[in-house]
Amino acid sequence: MPHIIPEMPSVTIERFGRDSLNWLVAFGDFWRFVGHVFAWLRAGLSRKTLRLMPPLMYEIGVKSMPVVAITGAFIGMVLAVEAYNQFKSIGQENRLGAIINVSVVKQIGPVLAAVMLAGRVGGALTAELGTMNVTEQIDALRVMGADPIRYLVVPRFLVCILLTPILTIYSDILGVLGGWLVSVHGFGIPNEPYWHYAHAGVGVWAIMEGISKSVFFGGAIGLIACYKGFTCGAGASGVGRACMESFVYAFIAIIVFNFFFARLATQWYVALYGLKSLF
Amino acid sequence: MTLAIDNPIIQFKDVGKRFGRLIVLNGLTLDIERGKCLVIIGASGTGKSVLLKHIVGLLRPDFGEVWFDGRRIDNLDERSLMQIRQRIGFLFQMGALFDSFTVQHNIAFPLMEHTHKSDAEIDHLVKHKLTMVGLPGIGGKMPSELSGGQKKRVALARAIALSPEVILYDEPTTGLDPVRSDVINELIIKLQRELRVTSIVVTHDMHSAFKVADRMVMLHEGKIVYDGTPHAILEETDPVVRRFVMGEASEQDMASLNDEERSPSI
Repeated sequence: MPHIIPEMPSVTIERFGRDSLNWLVAFGDFWRFVGHVFAWLRAGLSRKTLRLMPPLMYEIGVKSMPVVAITGAFIGMVLAVEAYNQFKSIGQENRLGAIINVSVVKQIGPVLAAVMLAGRVGGALTAELGTMNVTEQIDALRVMGADPIRYLVVPRFLVCILLTPILTIYSDILGVLGGWLVSVHGFGIPNEPYWHYAHAGVGVWAIMEGISKSVFFGGAIGLIACYKGFTCGAGASGVGRACMESFVYAFIAIIVFNFFFARLATQWYVALYGLKSLF
Repeated sequence: MTLAIDNPIIQFKDVGKRFGRLIVLNGLTLDIERGKCLVIIGASGTGKSVLLKHIVGLLRPDFGEVWFDGRRIDNLDERSLMQIRQRIGFLFQMGALFDSFTVQHNIAFPLMEHTHKSDAEIDHLVKHKLTMVGLPGIGGKMPSELSGGQKKRVALARAIALSPEVILYDEPTTGLDPVRSDVINELIIKLQRELRVTSIVVTHDMHSAFKVADRMVMLHEGKIVYDGTPHAILEETDPVVRRFVMGEASEQDMASLNDEERSPSI
């Protein structure tokens, strides 16, 4: 029988203290993990690391295309459905293209594409690395003198930050087309004014804002998913819990980061170009 | 309690390790001789695998020191440990083969990581290692296509890919039928003889332990309770050691079973 130190009776405040401490330790541990990933990036990418990326790009990128396409297209379509009546009531339905497209490329497109990827890609990465963890494959890598962060995390992180913007652009295009389809072919808005106002409303800044934040979303998804896989508990329940936490934390990171990014980007835009009205 | 060894390859000096409230190793001291087969026995949860993982730096002691070939290793960083790890082969309990790689790629992995051999040389070496473990011609298979015994043998081929000086076996016969278990035992003996390595086998399979051991150590409550030859353990009078060797339940275990019988069924 193993030796066990008897547990002292705990009170609520003691448990709260312990939980807070555990949370702080996990938070610090995550940033140490992130530091380790960046240290390997700084040390330079080897051909070995780059050779690991194409299969991951297929798994993470190509296989995510259908879900991202559906998400993007329906976002555009539903925005058209929701906004049409309001715009029509003030006789401004021709301007629908501006509000739909600016919403798609700046906010809803990148955020929902990232949330979709946090579920599909983040879940899959955590499950894969978590299973490798509980079946001692990560320990096997370390024992064979290969750093698991360089070998497993760095290529996945790179693929996430490279492909999330590309998938976001793809989702944006489908969103724009979805909005156009419902507005022009569903509600009978003339084609020319629709695109005219869409073009006037969506500048390069809006497009770049959406794409640049998607790089950070991709990084957050990759790092959180890999960290959760590396630290998951034993057994099937451990992997399941890690997958769930991976999605929840990535989702929270995306939403919170998006708020601060939007605030900063808006301030910069107003400072540089002044307020731009859609009307 | 432990034997004094001249020029040991591995040394544990007063090593302690605990996980939360669970004390696993409690001031353990052990010298391991070169070129011999040491078998570590003990009930589940007594720290056998934990001990093994300290040798390759997968775990670090809370106190005490671990030495490998005259060098302290428990305080080394991961990069420095890589050199030590290349001199040690580790057979994991479930094999730990990489699911997404073929058998060939699994065995070639350490060679690709640490040598500058050409693809043809690596191919030749992989075939040689597979022949050594009695599985020639299965290089193209995926781990999911192999039986439990085959997985262990492929994992063993991978563990010896870099021709290590020390091979660590974590429960090598667990989950195998008696015939497959004996194949693994014979392989341990064969590798010991042919490669002149130091073998450390963690097991609770007493048949396997008696077959492969030059020296046997038993752990109980984080400490060594027996250190000697396999022959002498049969003469041991310590009730903990005797019960384990004979595979007998303790009076405490029997009492808890009887209590369970007396308790009303739900």
